[in-house]
Amino acid sequence: MGGGRLSRWPVIRQLKGEDGRGQAARSARTDALRPRVEGAETVARSVCPYCAVGCGQLVYVKDGKVTQIEGDPDSPISRGRLCPKGSASKQLVTHPGRQTKVLYRRPYGTEWEPLDLETAMDMIADRVVRTRRETWQQTHEGQEVRRTLGIASLGGATLDNEENYLMKKLYTALGAIQVENQARI
Amino acid sequence: MAECHPVGYQWVMEARARGAKVFHIDPRFSRTSATVDRYLAIRAGTDIVLLGALINYVLSNGLDFREYVLAYTNAATLVNKDFRDTEDLDGLFSGYDEETGRYDPSSWAYEGDVPEEEEPVEGGGHHAEAAGSDSYGARGAGASATPPADPTLTNPRCVYRILKRHYSRYTPEMVEELCGIPPERFHELAEAITANSGRERTTAWVYSVGWTQHSVGVQYIRAASILQLLLGNMGRPGGGIMALRGHASIQGSTDIPTLFNLLPGYIAMPHAHRHDGLDHYLEREGADTGWWGNRRAYVVSLLKAWWGDAATEDNDYRFDYLPRLTGDHGHYATVMGQIDGTVKGYFVVGENPAVGSANGKAQRLGLANLDWLVVRDLMLVETATFWKDAPEIETGELRTEDIGTEVFFMPAASHVEKEGTFTNTQRLLQWRERALDPPHDCRSDLWFFYHLGKRIRRRLGDDEIDRPVKELTWDYPEIGEQRDPDAEAVLREINGTGPGGRLLASLRELKPDGSTSCGCWIYCGVYADGVNMAARRTPHTEQGPVALEWGWAWPANRRILYNRASADPQGRPWSERKKYVYWDAGKGRWVGPDVPDFEEDKAPDYVPPEGAKAQDALAGTDPFIMQSDGRGWLYVPSGLSDGPLPAHYEPHESPVRNALYGRQANPARRTIDRPENPYNPALSPRFPYVYTTSRLTEHHTTGAMSRPLPYLAELQPEAFCEVSPRMAEELGLENGGWATIVTARTAIELRVLVTGRVRPLRLNGRTVHQVIMPYHWGYSSGGVITGDVVNDLPSIVLDPNVYIQESKAGTCDVLPGRRPRGTALLDLIERYRHG
Ligand code: SF4
Repeated sequence: MGGGRLSRWPVIRQLKGEDGRGQAARSARTDALRPRVEGAETVARSVCPYCAVGCGQLVYVKDGKVTQIEGDPDSPISRGRLCPKGSASKQLVTHPGRQTKVLYRRPYGTEWEPLDLETAMDMIADRVVRTRRETWQQTHEGQEVRRTLGIASLGGATLDNEENYLMKKLYTALGAIQVENQARI
Repeated sequence: MAECHPVGYQWVMEARARGAKVFHIDPRFSRTSATVDRYLAIRAGTDIVLLGALINYVLSNGLDFREYVLAYTNAATLVNKDFRDTEDLDGLFSGYDEETGRYDPSSWAYEGDVPEEEEPVEGGGHHAEAAGSDSYGARGAGASATPPADPTLTNPRCVYRILKRHYSRYTPEMVEELCGIPPERFHELAEAITANSGRERTTAWVYSVGWTQHSVGVQYIRAASILQLLLGNMGRPGGGIMALRGHASIQGSTDIPTLFNLLPGYIAMPHAHRHDGLDHYLEREGADTGWWGNRRAYVVSLLKAWWGDAATEDNDYRFDYLPRLTGDHGHYATVMGQIDGTVKGYFVVGENPAVGSANGKAQRLGLANLDWLVVRDLMLVETATFWKDAPEIETGELRTEDIGTEVFFMPAASHVEKEGTFTNTQRLLQWRERALDPPHDCRSDLWFFYHLGKRIRRRLGDDEIDRPVKELTWDYPEIGEQRDPDAEAVLREINGTGPGGRLLASLRELKPDGSTSCGCWIYCGVYADGVNMAARRTPHTEQGPVALEWGWAWPANRRILYNRASADPQGRPWSERKKYVYWDAGKGRWVGPDVPDFEEDKAPDYVPPEGAKAQDALAGTDPFIMQSDGRGWLYVPSGLSDGPLPAHYEPHESPVRNALYGRQANPARRTIDRPENPYNPALSPRFPYVYTTSRLTEHHTTGAMSRPLPYLAELQPEAFCEVSPRMAEELGLENGGWATIVTARTAIELRVLVTGRVRPLRLNGRTVHQVIMPYHWGYSSGGVITGDVVNDLPSIVLDPNVYIQESKAGTCDVLPGRRPRGTALLDLIERYRHG
């Protein structure tokens, strides 16, 4: 296409009747744009974490950061598509409001306090062992029950199967029976 | 579906483009309603009236698929002579005890099947109290494999006749009076589904929590099952009933449950009063015929997976290490235990009960009375921050300085920072690869529970009570700097191994003698021959439409359950058009594009020998292989706690009288009568409006994964209620203004959206208004948007089979303007409670 700068302006080209989607929509700036996925170092095959349709996702990573999450065109479920939530899931992973540090609120406290991850793990383990012992029921109404009603759990339904498995296994061995999930709700 | 499962909905649109007729039945007009052939507005809580009327339409016009019904369902089976229907007892079935509000289900049994013991093996008080029917996620209750039957369907005690009589009062007029659907619309629907069922065609039903969150939720699904069985739509392509589940792995969370009454694979937790040791337990958990007859192999293999070498034949494979239930230990019972102070410590893992569970105030009062609370999430959800910003702080009911709960917030890894499987709504397991390490203190729940378990084990002594933990198999390879347990090793344990650690290929290899171990029998085969089948990713362009090489579906990678029913009793396709799995006599096996949900080489003419057990007891014509009689159950002779047939009862809170029976609400529903959980009286003029709660495309449940995201927050920024122009006019509500919604629990304020999408319903000459409220907002969003908690409105009243709360249909009042603040809010509620 010849002509001056003005005639190369996409608006003019589209007004002149060129198809507004292809060449006519291009400018020098858009020609210089590169897709975010192009420079990715790795691509992981994943699954959308929101609803249970289970759309396939491709997770693009560069310099230790997620640069883009897109629909997986190979998936027979989603054929590359994602809904607004699935499309926004890069923000789910990278948004600044995400909490990445352990926080601790002491009894009757009015503010959060920082706490080291390992210390927190030890403190939680101490509490489980203590509460279990203090609330242990060997029998109930004359029957052997071997349990504690002092410790309970509620899990969300975006837990992996492997995670649910370890949770149920550990809780059951501990004798904690009030183990529940969003699936009840 | 377009609203909440948008990408799945592309297939409905594709079917419609190819000529399928699509109906949408919902109190709320959504993006789905806008794209279907016909939208039917229905009053929330009345679906059994509609489904019952469709059943009646099929039966009274002789439109059932008779050959299918006779061969594959229990239509001909005779029920024992003591059974009394709701027709005889004005809305009750036989066996009801007014005092306890429970049924003794003995009289519902098949003829000759009446239990000799005091309490039936399944069903009955203890079974019901522990939500025993939850264990039917992969099998049916036990009943005789060969009960007496009348194939002429003329005996008044055969299931077919009982059904016909039971549903005769479910007429189009009742549908109009109770649901608000005019007769011509009902007939259009009834004609469409019957014309579209039979040899040549199939009809599918799709539902979501709009059917489960009711005090008769289980019976909603049962009603759809009856209809689909009568029309011959089960086990066939394009048929079935599809449960659309709202969370990435909510199916997985029941398969491998973190649920109080289940062990992996829908194996019931043992009950102190029902079970005595392994043998007795196995005797009382189902029948010996059908595939469930192999349950000893499944249970023993699970115990071997958990206690390894410590589990031996001599010690019953450590069956005694399993803690015992004595009743309801479900979520809402737990919350009451927190308020009463029996529950001291609480783990909340990727969940947000302060906003997501019914009666939010009760949830938060429970949290405020704990010794310690661990919250694991991506952001500071309301459950973690309740002690500083719960609504009860504003009203003065709680004071931060008085709350003794010690709170640990443990940041979680996101879905791309860990590997593992989700099970989607089609029972399909898909493996996710790990894209990168989680930042800072963020860790997966796998990491958390594995390392917590290690720490606990180090702290325990040699006491008798500590042995189940000390002897637990808890040794997984640790990977990388963060020492993440290897998720594939966990999946291999779930899959199961045989002698020498060989990975099992199929659940048929599971043994009752302790020689195999398997963490979840229905998932056996997901790691067949050492291959992670859930990670398979053959593109859809390179395989057929059933896509057997994408992920792995339980059981045994079968994509349509009970697909033996896609062929006629002789094993021939019902029609060329609906050909799927069929018998190839030349090869001596079942063939087709799917894995047969049947023994591959069991011929259609196989007749079980006398006294046969497990699958050998099922004939070559019995497609429902997890049932003790191989049949689809139109009538449920045991296992349910509120009746063998679905009957319509009004929601616990309803402004409408039950026109079908003298019984207003489900007689077996579970209520929690405590000051924290006051109810709106039924038919109360103080609470004249029906409300239902809903979701939006742009948000996810309580918003923890959507409200902090600027993209999504901007698309749907504010909590709102949707009302009709007429209701807005009557009450003086302004579009874009505020409304206060009141129940006996509390009042909340929402923006008002006035649209013609909500239609006032005409019921028997009277107008009933409905209010529609998405429930995605809360008081602390990790930053971006906040709003009042819609789940503070519903009461806790539960389905008696599975203890799901009735949050999809309740009553309320609506006032124009914002709600009062502080103690003035409490005064308002007091006036409503006693006014
Ligand atoms: S992209 Fe949308 S439809 Fe697909 S799984 Fe995610 S939330 Fe569901």
